[in-house]
This record gives sequence, C-alpha cells and structure tokens, in this order.
Amino acid sequence: MENTTALPGLSAAPPFPQQRACPYQPPAAYEQLGAQGPLSRVTLFDGRVVWFVTGYPEARLLLADPRISADRQRPDYPAVAPRFQAEVAKRLVLIGMDPPAHDEHRRLLNPDFSRKRIAGLRPVVQGIVDQHVDRMLRTGPPADLVRDFALPVPSRVISEVLGLPPEDLEFFQDASRRLLQATTGAESQDAGRELIGYLDALATRRRTEPGPGLIGRLAREEVAAGRLSHADLVQIALVILVAGHETTASTIALGAITLLDHPDRLARMRAAPDTVPAVVEEVLRCVAVTDLAGVRVATADIPVAGQVIRAGDGVLVSATMANRDDRVHRDPLAFDTDRTGRSHLSFGYGIHQCLGQSLARLELEIAFSTLFTRIPTLRLAVPADRLPTRPPGSGTVQGVNELPVTW
Amino acid sequence: MSAGRPAEALVTADRDACIGAAQCAYSAPDVFDQDDDGYVLVRDPRPGPDAREAVLEAVDLCPARAILFREAADGS
Repeated sequence: MENTTALPGLSAAPPFPQQRACPYQPPAAYEQLGAQGPLSRVTLFDGRVVWFVTGYPEARLLLADPRISADRQRPDYPAVAPRFQAEVAKRLVLIGMDPPAHDEHRRLLNPDFSRKRIAGLRPVVQGIVDQHVDRMLRTGPPADLVRDFALPVPSRVISEVLGLPPEDLEFFQDASRRLLQATTGAESQDAGRELIGYLDALATRRRTEPGPGLIGRLAREEVAAGRLSHADLVQIALVILVAGHETTASTIALGAITLLDHPDRLARMRAAPDTVPAVVEEVLRCVAVTDLAGVRVATADIPVAGQVIRAGDGVLVSATMANRDDRVHRDPLAFDTDRTGRSHLSFGYGIHQCLGQSLARLELEIAFSTLFTRIPTLRLAVPADRLPTRPPGSGTVQGVNELPVTW
Repeated sequence: MSAGRPAEALVTADRDACIGAAQCAYSAPDVFDQDDDGYVLVRDPRPGPDAREAVLEAVDLCPARAILFREAADGS
C-alpha cells in the first residue's frame, strides 16, 4: 500500500479481524468504521494496511469489477490470518482463482448445485437432520448443539454430495475443522495435507472403481476425458468440503443462538412454517458467518465512493457491515424476520458468489424448522454472552466451539 | 400472454455471463428457471405487470449482472 501512505486516516486503521462480543452482531470497531463511510482502512496482523468496504452498493460494485483479483497466488494478495500464508491455502481453486480457470471449474460443478438438483436432496437432508434430532432426544438432555447437530449434519450432507464412503466421515470432520481453525501456517499445512492425501487416494480409486457423487462423476467423466486434471479434482473436492461444511455448521449454531435470543420471532416461525425461508435469509444476513464477502487485490486504479483504490491495494469486503448498510436496511442491527428480499452479501457477490447457496438454504431451512419443532423447549444451558466466540487469530469464519443446550 | 400489447416489457438473460447462482429463479420462479446444467432460462420473456417487482429483484440480485429488463413504455 505504499501508494496510499500519503492519504489521511491511515493512522486510524484499526486491527482486523476483531472478535465479536455478540455472536451475531459486528464488533464495535467495525461499526465505527462503517459510520465513517462506505470505505475505510484496517491493519492486518502483518502490519499491512488494506481497504475495508462497509457499504452495500460499493461492496457489490467492487466484487463485480473485473479489475479486482481473487487470485491467492499473487504476491500482493492480502493474508487476513497467518494460516493463509501456508502454501496449501494459496493454491485454491474456485475461491482463490480468476477467470478463465475459475469459470472452467465452476462450469463443471454448476449442474450438481442447481436449484432443481438440490431440491431433489430434500428427503436426504431431512433424513439426516431427523437422525441427529432422534439421537439428541435419545441421549439428552443436555446436548452440545455443535458436536451433536450443527457440525455432523452438514458434514453428512456434503459427504453425500461428494460421494465419500461413510466410514471416512469422522476423519473428514476432524481434519476440515483443524484446517479452518488453525492459528498457524504449520497447523493449516498439516490438516490440509491430510485432507489432500485422502481425497487424492479417493479420486484415484474412483477412476477405475465407480462410485457415487461429485468425485465419482468428475473422475469418471472429466478426468478420464482429459478436461480436468487429477490435481484440480482433488482441490475442487477439498474446497467444496471445507466451504460446505464449516460455514453451514456455524450458521446453524449461530442461527440457533440468534433465534433463541428472539423468542417472539422463534414462536412465529414455529407457528407459520411458510415463513422459514425468510427467517433463514435474516439469519444469513445477521450471522454473516464468513464475516468477509471477499478478500481481493486491485489490479488497476479503481475510483469508488470519492476515493481511489490503487493497483496493488488489498481490499476486504465486509459482509458483516455491508449487510447492515442503513441505506439498504432499515434498523439494520435488528433481527427482523419480516424483511423481504435477499439483500445481503453472506454468499458473496460477483462471479465467486457461493456455488452451494441453494444447498445451504435447504439445509438451514430443514435444520431450524425440524430442530425447533421437534424440540420446542430447546434452550441454551449457559448464557449466550458466556459462549466464547472465535479468537481473531484463526481468521474470519465465525462460530462457537461448543453450544450447550437443554430442554 | 400479452402478445398483442405494444412496447411490452421484455426480459432477456446473458447465458454466457450466468454463473448459475439461481437468484433469479428464487426471485421470480414464473419468469426464470435453470436448465439441467444450472444456467438461466427465461421461461416468460414478456411477463405481465404483476411480475414487475420480482423481475426487478432478480435483476438487482443477479451476481453476474446477466439479466436485462426492458420495461414497457407505459410502465407496466
């Protein structure tokens, strides 16, 4: 950012990320930045100062701008936590690549995540959710909603989509959690290497030994025909697993906390099942589980909101704050399930918008409606403000490591 | 549909730009659909005035800005 060191305000760039005090509300420091205008600056762990975008229209303009790069292998790509400096985190298909490579991969995957295909998974997801509620009712109360429900449900669903053998589920859940929650580059490397090794072996096996799911189909059709490299198939499977597992798990857990904190809203959802999709959208907006809608680097000078983002500048787009832009949302800090529309950036925006968003919506709908219908007296076993939120050193994905509940 | 109306509303979609996010099919399921590969299909390129708000939402939320909505001259 040497180009911008002369601009005023740099000395006021607070550290990023910061810990949320409430699991579904922004840290006070982000709110102060948002109040200054749609663009401000923050300082990363390594001392680098980058742009912090908190305005909804500005965020969308930037995320859709082809002069903004998502390529994690660029030397000027910003790292928001030490673990992103690991080599395994840099080579990241889909999320961390620009066109044309990004578009080629996405095209291979879109059929499996289309709205109709995902709708066809409804009975599978319902079955998985019911199974986990059954188990909670059998062995509890109490229960740990993270360990017993929020984490295993999306893990089972994404494993189904990928076509993983059921006996490997436990290893998977553990290794992907370690990759996401690692606080050092070394921890991230280790977990990533284990997952890649496993997926590598499975993808190799699936070329000769047919199997279900996405890995089976891509190995058989695309890798065999030379349209996709084996290495990229392994990466794609890794990205889908990691992106589809922890984000959904954390949104279930933090969404449950949000709903339990708003009993009137919860009662209305229970009484009117057709409102569940709107509740899910409001949970998505408030929880904004990835916190950031995008980490990018400018490849050219881009004027926006009266400022100029210079080529080489790092750009963080805050979903947490853009989702609370008072030019778009009235009373933006309120959890209001009567809102209409889906004006939030929790799935990102632009060509990188979440591939699995239809699946995430389906899982969240079934998870919340089933959980609160079948266990109507479900409540937190500890006060919400005593649940530890993620420490900032691990990155920006929000979550709680445990969620004691009773009924 | 309203084939005889002059200067009627027209919805088009750029299937090359489409990334298959399905926002349009959520916003206006009577107007938009997805093909088997997950890309946009315009089911009803000349929707009536009742669909206007939903189509505008689809235009606004499309992450690839792939939807074009030319409103009718009379604003319907």
